[in-house]
Amino acid sequence: MNMDDALATFFAESRELLEQMESSLLAIGQENDTAETVGAIFRAAHTIKGSAGLFGLDDVVNFTHAVESVLDQVRDGRLPVDEPMVALLLACGDHMGALIDAIENNPDQRDEALIARGAPLTERLRAYLGTTVVASTDPQVPFERIGASTCDKDLWHISVRFGADVLRNGMDPLSFIRYLSTLGTVTGIVTLADALPDADAMDPESNYLGFEIAFRSQAEKAVIEGVFDFVLDDCTLNILPPNSRTADYIELISSMPEESARLGEMLVRCGSLTAKELTAALLAQEQLHPEVPIGSILVERGSVSAPVVAAALEKQKRVKEHKAQESQSIRVDAEKLDQLINMIGELIIASAGANVIARRARSTELQECHSTLSDLVERVRDSALQLRMVKIGATFNRFQRVVHDVSREIGKDIALIVNGEDTELDKTVVEKIGDPLTHLVRNAMDHGIDSPELRVQRGKPARGTVSLNAYHDSGSIVIEVGDDGGGLHREKILAKAIERGLVDPGRVLSDAEICALIFEPGFSTADEVTNLSGRGVGMDVVKRNITALRGSVDIASQPGVGTTVTVRLPLTLAIINGFQVGVGKSVFVVPLDMVDECVEFTADQGHDYTDLRGQVLPFIRLRDLFEVPGTAGTRQNIVVVKHAGQKFGLVVDTLMGEAQTVIKPLSSMFAQVKGISGSSILGTGDVALILDVPALMQEAQFPVSHTPQLA
Amino acid sequence: MSTPLRIEGELTIYRAAELKGTLLAAVAEHETLDIDLSAVTEFDTAGVQLLLLAKRAAAARRHTLRLVGHSTPVIDVFELLDLSNHFGDPIVLHA
Repeated sequence: MNMDDALATFFAESRELLEQMESSLLAIGQENDTAETVGAIFRAAHTIKGSAGLFGLDDVVNFTHAVESVLDQVRDGRLPVDEPMVALLLACGDHMGALIDAIENNPDQRDEALIARGAPLTERLRAYLGTTVVASTDPQVPFERIGASTCDKDLWHISVRFGADVLRNGMDPLSFIRYLSTLGTVTGIVTLADALPDADAMDPESNYLGFEIAFRSQAEKAVIEGVFDFVLDDCTLNILPPNSRTADYIELISSMPEESARLGEMLVRCGSLTAKELTAALLAQEQLHPEVPIGSILVERGSVSAPVVAAALEKQKRVKEHKAQESQSIRVDAEKLDQLINMIGELIIASAGANVIARRARSTELQECHSTLSDLVERVRDSALQLRMVKIGATFNRFQRVVHDVSREIGKDIALIVNGEDTELDKTVVEKIGDPLTHLVRNAMDHGIDSPELRVQRGKPARGTVSLNAYHDSGSIVIEVGDDGGGLHREKILAKAIERGLVDPGRVLSDAEICALIFEPGFSTADEVTNLSGRGVGMDVVKRNITALRGSVDIASQPGVGTTVTVRLPLTLAIINGFQVGVGKSVFVVPLDMVDECVEFTADQGHDYTDLRGQVLPFIRLRDLFEVPGTAGTRQNIVVVKHAGQKFGLVVDTLMGEAQTVIKPLSSMFAQVKGISGSSILGTGDVALILDVPALMQEAQFPVSHTPQLA
Repeated sequence: MSTPLRIEGELTIYRAAELKGTLLAAVAEHETLDIDLSAVTEFDTAGVQLLLLAKRAAAARRHTLRLVGHSTPVIDVFELLDLSNHFGDPIVLHA
């Protein structure tokens, strides 16, 4: 593993740890027994500090060190976990994240301004530590030391795992150990070959060895560390100073990579006890207490203290659990997945091409063969797309934090209720939906939820509720952001819209139309918008982002009861089941999930609606809309499409049937074209345009208001 | 009767790929195998790993693998890494 790869892993892992830390912090408020949670937070901070130290990221180490010190006190029960503490630690977590981001984005330059921003946090952390100075200035607490009487004063413990490439890089781990001996005496060494794979898998030019070294020396820690300078990037190094505290040994045990290591060996490796003591204990176990585990014998004989054994046992248990989990999932580069999806896209296009030729050749055998093939291709496509699916729960959980922070900020008591966390959607969509959702949630809290006094007046609980809900609905995922606040003020919105010239005065608008106004650009940029208790700040940006994902957004509001914003997104961005229709010589594709039925075209002359089993069905003539040359044939068809619970028709010349459609984005040149969301390549090599049904639906319903004229 | 396998010259990274095959083949073939290390002139981590691997492969087949005639470079490394016990073969110190 080279330096960059290792760093990338560090960044990814640190972010995960920070996320864990954050959710643990937020969980503290809801639990009675916080000991375990605090432990988890401490471990996260400690691991980040340790890894950052490995890469020489001193700024991260320095800052995290202060956090860790406070957490250590909290863990020991010397500091309380109260609201201000949680808020401070959350802020610290953010700062650690920012520091790590800064290094990732600009590794060569220190972001002085950012580091300076950490200073006030460090001050506040110090203030906590200051109150406990009395405790920490006590003489070293003896029971926290391991074997203070039996261990040498200058006995260091060095735990080192060399990376796989050290040999190939021309470095021999042996030479480091030889060099180490020049600084002192290696009093004990264990060569760890646990990582050595099976004979077949073993690469004789890779290194698999690690060493646990007991080392007597007067040297400074920095000097000992300096021995490994050349391989620092390429090895895992833990140096425990003489007379280390129990906690340090426990940390070392937890951080060791070996899996199958037996408890006794672990303790020897940690330098907690000697090999001789272990052998003696093993003998005693065989002769006297065949049923008593080795751990308790060691404790009994005073060789190790109970916490050390507990930690080692826990590590063994965790290794087993971890192994079980590991076999269930693997981490894959997102880029590789994208490549796979792209290839499958090409495969589908090629397969469609083969189908066209098979039909042209009129060979039944070939057609049969191809139908099996395309069946398989379809299944491969489905499983490949499934690979990209992730649960939305992780995204939702991020909002616990947003709600926590914002409710403090604006002084309202607000709870977040999350539903449908297990709903899956495409990873790309998940990544891009985060920002718009944050905006909607903030809006709901800031403008949606009414003040506590008003809430009590209206007979609602003083604590406001913001809800996030996700579910699947006909080929799309629906995400709802709701609040139980005051709802939108229709009159104010309408007045504002008329004032800004978005709506002609005297026009009668439906409630839905009025609500939709807040998504209009220009509506949000007005200065007085914040005076409105309705929404409006940046809603046009939200809408634009969601539309860019081929999604749509709707708003429903009841005065005094609340507002719900409904976001609909396609399940996937890459490949869909399409329904091909022909107009003149052009082919268009409608997403199959939206097609409800097909009927023969009948309409009164000059009207843009028809009678569908007694109901009015508005429709659009695609020929007119896209100005396709030529005249319509005698037999036209209507494709009835359904979106967000409403139906409308598309008038086309021919129905060509179902086909897998690989979505290719349109160049930005066509960004202004309404009603088209993308393109696709047909089996014949021709290009088909994919229809943007939500946009067409607007066209069918509000043919006038859809392009607002500024007065 | 045991069959000796004599390794001459370097037992290092430079010959690791070649020697891995030789060692594993010998371990698989003979129920009792002596590896003569007296002519090993250089010995490094890669060499250590190969011997560890061979030892393990032998144990997996319930074969016996003995290291004999350790040369000075081999003894040095075994002492440095405290491996003599792991292999458990008697080492004859040179005068």
